[in-house]
Amino acid sequence: MNEKTSVTLTISGRDHTINVEPRKTLADAIRDDCGQTGTHIGCEHGICGACTVIVDGAPIRSCLMFAVQAAGKPIRTIEGLANGDELHPMQRAFMEHHGLQCGFCTPGFLMLAVGVLEREPDISDDDLVDVLSSNLCRCTGYQNIIKAVRAAAKEMRKS
Amino acid sequence: MTAHARRSETKGSGTKWVGRSIRRLEDPALVTGQGRFTADLPTVHHVRFCRSPIAAGVIGSISSPAGAQVFTAADLGGVKPIMPMLHKFNYKPLGQPVLAGGAVHFVGEVIAAAVAATAAEAEDLAEQIEVTFDEIAPLVDARDALAPQAAAVHKDVPGNVIVEGRIKTGGFEQVWSSAATYVEVDVRSRRQNATPMEARAGHAAYDPASGRVTLTCTTQMPHLTRTAIADLLEMPESDLRVVAPDVGGGFGQKMSLAPEYVLLVWLARKLKSSVAWVEDRRENLIASFHSRDQHLTLKGAFAADGKLLALDADVVANIGAYSCFPTTCGVEPLMAMAEMPGPYDFRAYSCRARGAVTNTCPMAPYRGVARPVITFALERLMDKGAAACGLDPVAIRRRNLIDKFPYTSVTGLVFDEGSYRQTLDMAVEAVDVPAFRARQAAERKRGRYLGIGFAAFSERTGYGSPAFAARGMAITPGWETVFISLDPSGFVEARIGSSPHGQGLRTTLAQIIADEIGVAPDRIRIVHGDTDRAPYGWGTFASRSLVICGGASLIAAQKVRAKLIKIASTMLEAAPVDIVLENGEARVAGTDRALSIAQLAREAYTQTHRFKGEIEPGVTESGTYDPSGTFSNACHAAIVAVDIETGKATIERYLVAEDAGVLINPMIADGQVHGGVAQGIGNALLEEIIYDDTGNPLSTTLADYLPPTAHEIPVIELHHTETPSTNSVTRAKGLGEGGGIGAPAAVINAINDALSPFGVSIDEMPATPQRIRAAIRKAEKAK
Repeated sequence: MNEKTSVTLTISGRDHTINVEPRKTLADAIRDDCGQTGTHIGCEHGICGACTVIVDGAPIRSCLMFAVQAAGKPIRTIEGLANGDELHPMQRAFMEHHGLQCGFCTPGFLMLAVGVLEREPDISDDDLVDVLSSNLCRCTGYQNIIKAVRAAAKEMRKS
Repeated sequence: MTAHARRSETKGSGTKWVGRSIRRLEDPALVTGQGRFTADLPTVHHVRFCRSPIAAGVIGSISSPAGAQVFTAADLGGVKPIMPMLHKFNYKPLGQPVLAGGAVHFVGEVIAAAVAATAAEAEDLAEQIEVTFDEIAPLVDARDALAPQAAAVHKDVPGNVIVEGRIKTGGFEQVWSSAATYVEVDVRSRRQNATPMEARAGHAAYDPASGRVTLTCTTQMPHLTRTAIADLLEMPESDLRVVAPDVGGGFGQKMSLAPEYVLLVWLARKLKSSVAWVEDRRENLIASFHSRDQHLTLKGAFAADGKLLALDADVVANIGAYSCFPTTCGVEPLMAMAEMPGPYDFRAYSCRARGAVTNTCPMAPYRGVARPVITFALERLMDKGAAACGLDPVAIRRRNLIDKFPYTSVTGLVFDEGSYRQTLDMAVEAVDVPAFRARQAAERKRGRYLGIGFAAFSERTGYGSPAFAARGMAITPGWETVFISLDPSGFVEARIGSSPHGQGLRTTLAQIIADEIGVAPDRIRIVHGDTDRAPYGWGTFASRSLVICGGASLIAAQKVRAKLIKIASTMLEAAPVDIVLENGEARVAGTDRALSIAQLAREAYTQTHRFKGEIEPGVTESGTYDPSGTFSNACHAAIVAVDIETGKATIERYLVAEDAGVLINPMIADGQVHGGVAQGIGNALLEEIIYDDTGNPLSTTLADYLPPTAHEIPVIELHHTETPSTNSVTRAKGLGEGGGIGAPAAVINAINDALSPFGVSIDEMPATPQRIRAAIRKAEKAK
């Protein structure tokens, strides 16, 4: 169990070659071995979605994937969402519409929403609520998260 | 939709920042993954705890793999037990050992600490620790613990009653017997968990050069955490620094002292290194603090016209296996006793409130503390009273709500001016009750059951040390101190003792200070959550920070303002009354003669010889505020559809008419209400920690314990009115808890209204589909 294996994770275009136990989750590897602590861990059993990252273009819960399973696949985390100093429309919308309070679940919600809208830019409002109901937030009551994501969806369709 | 009925102008100089929905200063870091949470810190050692798998028993032996770093109670030597204290209400002092030595009292109690190089290895090691027990039959339910023959959970607490408050007004019986109608409700709130999205975490690092330890942890009260741990370890308090970095929600759960943190500091000193523990969700659900689990019986005596004349209440709170520090477990039952009358005027009151010790996870305050349950009970009583008196729910509330201020309640609480009847009227008008009743009747004919529920309540906020002293707490929190400095570049730093964790206090305090000093909020840094940097203070809980820390910020900022005006008047050779501070400048009113605030700050440090000893060097002022407290108020209204086949309750519409005095940042205020209502809806419909008869918790994942998702929370309509508080220097009242206080009552009253054709009364929260179906089945059988 403690024997480590070498894995290369490609996070936001940059390769991280790390030695991890096969049982190590992608979430732990991103945080502990790649130093990107913006991905948060809220439950470690795939319910809360705080650890959501985008792998191969799809939002996934990084606590439910082993690091070794993500080898060779493009991974995007919250740290790579902005384009340099220019925030992603989703980040701007969360600030504009007060879609966060403590900010712990926020990276997961941002990656979930971006991952879904990139695949389905014209997703209906109802389906969007469906998607957003897959992550948990304990502070906002969701109303402003939904508002922010709808506003960002409009922005993303424009660009 | 947000309607701001009265937007009062707030005194300031130049541009007003107070009252504006500016974007939060906290957000840029948090949306880019640059937040700094406890679990992000690197560590040398990882800690995992071996926890009790049984609810009650005597520990026989503890064994662990040879050579492994495992620590038990036997290693701790002189570490004192956590011993919160209350000097009133027949409180029985009860110590909680940092590690259980002789016996265990709940599933999840910490027995040993396993230390290893990685979190996974520490977890492996913890699983190899073997503990033998002589099991004892546990007491899980509070009523069982209070039964005359029940064994004592702790020998120090005979009869398992750890605290008992009683109150009875003079002549109670006479008033009681004069009533026309008597109504009773028996209300049960099941056990819940505040469930912040970030569970607890602690990181303790020893500095060999100074011998100091820095404990970074997810606390709402960094200074008191420092004081408490230094006491328990008998170390100089100055050798301990406590840091609360970004904290991912707390809602009360992170207010009480975690024994795990005491142990981390002990381990860091023992190993002369860094140690970290990150709680997992299972630990959080079974062994962090729980909440609610209360049983209330209310009997109301009404006059024929619906006026409540007398109230008789019995409160039993299951407080779990230990008392929480610093509030003690008296906080829930005693607040229930003191605040039971809520916003209603009556003069005859009798109450007995008890806290019962059981073999379950200890309780701590959770958003609303007692009031979600007392509001639920009292609002059920009002609806039943209305039915008994032939009134509608709105009329009976209107008849009983207080409307003369200041109002002194039957328990001696003094209410400042509020808008109890107005907020009820606002809610009633917005939902259009007659139109709803017509729709309800039409839908019922089609087999669809809709109901409307109201909850009117008061929210006591921002109370200082006198209120805590009245509770008899050995540790009496209440005041806050703020230090505001300008550095020689004119940048403003406010160091505060409150410890926000999502409330947006950096933004709202900066708005308050900005109006006084005449600079923009983004030129103001609020420093909090570091005992080396921030002045001693009590942290963030009980809807206190905006009122008390905001008040202290205003007082300090006024002193800074006075000093800047004094400097400007010397430099500009103008009378102080002619100087205005605005847009980053001190200007002689009506002229173009001005100096930038930055220049004034620079002069305050570098040109002191020009002030002829009349102005002290530098710019640092402090403000302390310790108010008596103020009451926010609100009326919530819920329209709920109940599927009588499945028992599922769906909220169709939710509305809040709220008065929290002057709103400093309406966007942030709205967010607090949204979040509170969402938690209240979760509490009302979904959330329940379930124990089996052996004291084994069954709700151990977020698939069992169900915080609401975006699906369950409707759009929450907010209507504000502002009654500026005379008991608060900023005129603001607190509002962090109100959303959660009103929601359970409004939602469950609506469910009962929907099911009124069945004659059921659902008086238990959460009102799960199972409970709703059981009530309908029972009613159908009885037909």
